[in-house]
Amino acid sequence: MLLGRVIGTLVPSQVCDGLAGVPMLWVQPLTKTGEPIGLPLVCADSTRMAGPGELIYYESSREAALALDPWFVPVDDAIVGIVDGVDLTPLAPEPAPAPEGKAATTGSAP
Amino acid sequence: MILGRVVGAIYSTINHPILDGRKLLIVDRIAPDRKPSGGYLIAIDVVDAGVGDTVLMIDEGNSARQVLDAPNAPTRSVIIGVVDAIQLESTEPRRPRANGDRKRA
Repeated sequence: MLLGRVIGTLVPSQVCDGLAGVPMLWVQPLTKTGEPIGLPLVCADSTRMAGPGELIYYESSREAALALDPWFVPVDDAIVGIVDGVDLTPLAPEPAPAPEGKAATTGSAP
Repeated sequence: MILGRVVGAIYSTINHPILDGRKLLIVDRIAPDRKPSGGYLIAIDVVDAGVGDTVLMIDEGNSARQVLDAPNAPTRSVIIGVVDAIQLESTEPRRPRANGDRKRA
């Protein structure tokens, strides 16, 4: 699952069986910090509650269709939840293992 | 399977019923040297991982449904293990050892 921002709606006039009435939304994929990345895509909205401006997370490929009812429908991406909050903890980078024989040479740093 | 590092969590109340009560973590993909290799995933946690942990996750539907014991779950990404240690052998070609040559490149 990845984060996305709903940037608009889309109204198809003809759809395959099983997709009638399923909301289709424009979604801009986001990085974990909320910056846009990649091209916008159209997601079926399995929550049926997302709207423009909202932060959502979506699932891709076959599992996207499983979010819908009926599930055997031609869908690539589906919104599976609306995000209430993102909790990103700033982490120090993992300390690299000290090279052999260099562990005690930190005293001469300026 | 994908090596990752947990960097955060997301919360949601309006979601697919299969995600009710599940812990969703933001996981950076990392290389074997534990540096981020670009990209992230939001994964369901079934092993009680926490922020800062190096984890093993899957990004494949059948395995995810098997782990969650939910045959119709619309999920692919699941954290299935917490990594204690990574041992990486050198990828440099092994050279023949000369007599008395114990120096490592």
